[in-house]
Amino acid sequence: MNQTVTLSARREQLTHHMRQFGGIFLALIVLCVIFSFANHRFMSLANFTNILQQVAVIAIAAFGMTWVILLGEIDLSIGSIIAVAGMVGAQMLTFGVGFVPTLIITLASGAVLGLLNGLLTAKLLLPSFIVTVATMSVYRGLVSLPTNGAPTMIMDPAWTAIGGDSFLDVPIIIWIVAALFIINHVLLSRTTFGRRAYLTGGNREAALYSGIKVDRLKILIFMISGVMSAVSGVLLSSRLYSAQTNAGMSYELDAIAAAVLGGTSLSGGSGTMIGTLVGALIIGVLNNGMTMLSVPYFYQLIVKGLVILVAVWLDVRSKRRQA
Amino acid sequence: MTDLDSDVVLSLRGVRKTFGPVVALKHMDLTVRRGRVHTLLGENGAGKSTLMKILAGVYTPTEGKMVLGGAPYAPVDPRDASDRGLAIVFQELSLCNNLTVAENILATREPSRAGFINDRRLVEQAEALVRELGLPIKVRMRVGALSIAQRQLVEIAKGLSHDADIVILDEPTSSLSDSEAEILFRIIERLKAAGKAIIYISHRMEEIMRLSDDITVIRDGEYVKTLDRNETTIEELIALMVGRRMDELYPARIGAPPDPASAPVLSVSSLTRAGEFEDISFDLRRGEILGFFGLIGSGRSEVMNAIFGMRRATGTVQLDGKPVSIRSASQAIAHGIGFVTENRKEEGLVLSHAVRPNISMAALASVSGRAGFLDTGRERREAQAEVKRLAIRTNSIETITGTLSGGNQQKIVLAKWLATKPRVLILDEPTRGVDVGAKFEIYRIIRQLAAEGTAIIMVSSELPEVLGLSDRVVILSEGRIGKIAPRSDLTPERVMRFATGHF
Repeated sequence: MNQTVTLSARREQLTHHMRQFGGIFLALIVLCVIFSFANHRFMSLANFTNILQQVAVIAIAAFGMTWVILLGEIDLSIGSIIAVAGMVGAQMLTFGVGFVPTLIITLASGAVLGLLNGLLTAKLLLPSFIVTVATMSVYRGLVSLPTNGAPTMIMDPAWTAIGGDSFLDVPIIIWIVAALFIINHVLLSRTTFGRRAYLTGGNREAALYSGIKVDRLKILIFMISGVMSAVSGVLLSSRLYSAQTNAGMSYELDAIAAAVLGGTSLSGGSGTMIGTLVGALIIGVLNNGMTMLSVPYFYQLIVKGLVILVAVWLDVRSKRRQA
Repeated sequence: MTDLDSDVVLSLRGVRKTFGPVVALKHMDLTVRRGRVHTLLGENGAGKSTLMKILAGVYTPTEGKMVLGGAPYAPVDPRDASDRGLAIVFQELSLCNNLTVAENILATREPSRAGFINDRRLVEQAEALVRELGLPIKVRMRVGALSIAQRQLVEIAKGLSHDADIVILDEPTSSLSDSEAEILFRIIERLKAAGKAIIYISHRMEEIMRLSDDITVIRDGEYVKTLDRNETTIEELIALMVGRRMDELYPARIGAPPDPASAPVLSVSSLTRAGEFEDISFDLRRGEILGFFGLIGSGRSEVMNAIFGMRRATGTVQLDGKPVSIRSASQAIAHGIGFVTENRKEEGLVLSHAVRPNISMAALASVSGRAGFLDTGRERREAQAEVKRLAIRTNSIETITGTLSGGNQQKIVLAKWLATKPRVLILDEPTRGVDVGAKFEIYRIIRQLAAEGTAIIMVSSELPEVLGLSDRVVILSEGRIGKIAPRSDLTPERVMRFATGHF
């Protein structure tokens, strides 16, 4: 009796997961198959490493975005935070501050900017969409303060190694993505913190009545988003050997696209880190595959947009069937 | 009772509806006559909603014959149904909160020229309708500013805003207080006198016996029997509906009531919040069921929210004789207070999530280990145990909560609070919108909890429920305590006098 009960629960969970991930995994595989037929160099270890490296900055920002969207909020300021973090790091290194303190303060700057987003949203009860549209502009302006808009070169070997060197034949950047994926995934799916995020995103009132400190949770999640963006900023500046004032411009849209492609519901309450990772990979594969096929950039934009539309439509349709 | 009967306005024969392999309605017969109130009675899931949706043109029946006003009836959509003279007042609120009462009532039928709405005529028309129905509502108010009960009245006005021969009311009183229900009953009487046929759905037996002329019982998607109100009893109807005998709706108390001289678990004194409630003082003992009765707007839910830390109020709250300051739900939970809120969909459940996370929602600390890691094995076992204890009918603990019936959803809210092992459990309208079978089971659970020593506050606007379960009753009237008395000292009439302030 007990066994049959567990079995039916397992089956129900399985169908649930299949519905959630089946589509996007399939989409990723289909894309890979198409591109490998179109170009024989696509299907190679070197190219996949390349894709992962290219997608790292977006994927990490998208992990942060997944938390925010899961809560039913949005963070449009992450592109600007990416640029601020790069600039903070580059300036400190220029002034001769050591690698480790610079890294810590750079990540902390992301946390502070996220904290500000969270406080404005949770305490002043402003919609996060408006708050982060505003801070997107403010933070982008801050980037130019130290240099009046000029880029800052980065010479520090440790900093540039992050984006360029390998460890055990795997680029460090991929190790970082993997580590952050695991941390975020475990935090989201295995801890009470993650559960509280799901519950609050699913029904804020019910969460409040169940003793969840919704405001604190919201602030913490905007801080996570800020820190993840700062990590992206470090990676990007490391790969570019410089901090640019227009770095990370419109990356928030790719991060949102990755999360939504991965099945994170914009109304809150559902989503996974695995989904987001696959979503980011789909974007990476599309960019990479089309570039290899010499598709002009403007066509790439059109295709990317259409793929997102189709994916979201399929997702909405399967959810409606379920209901 | 033949179809030739000239009073018959609507008749259904052998109506059946299937969704793939799922049979929603097995076999339905119905004969509705003008000038009569025809009640549909059945547990949640018996097929009433499916039947309503068929009549409303939302679903097309798989089989069967429907005749309306002598002609075959096969509505293609709700608009078609409305054109054929059906008016339907749904239980789920379908109003736009940002629009005014008038705009809602006349939605899609606004008086207009060339697409521009004539505001003055809109207000006039709505006002005329509201006045005719005798509703205490200002049509220029935004619906969002109205109470749930007032919104329900607006919903009714909307349903009746165009001429209809048949008016279908789906649980119209589920969120109305007795005084507002009276307004509705007067409207129904007037519709009856005007020769309309009324199809009425409700779970409240007293109300059904009072209003109905004919009563059709449905069970498991199947027509059971149509009875004349004067030739049946509540007991017979319940027995037909649940398919088993239910001698007593309110289970008897297990053991003796708590000693009035014993120390209270919860003691509230002079709790006050300006404009909502004033000078609320009462004691609650271990194993006691304290009923809280009051009309809508008497401040019942507001008091409970204040005790639970969701609203600021002055005054003192003591637990086991020690004053406590509860300023948030998490503090209330830490002090061993549980709160089954009034609206399970808004404040109770995450409908898009499975049963398991809903049950553990308020007790996450008890299913997690060090560093906040969830112990999913333990969570699963505890959810499983609650499902079993409360006889929640669900496929598994991974079933999405929103797909379950109202009664089972309500039991999940109960399970969620029982998982916190509360010493004091506040129940705000614990049986709203659940069928008789689930009601009985919830009463049994409440009794059992009290017997195990839980101190229970039960807020309810259903008088029979309050009198059927409580050891003592607190009667609220306009934000103040009208009376606190042992159950044995109270009659329904006395309670109503204190609640309305006319004694």
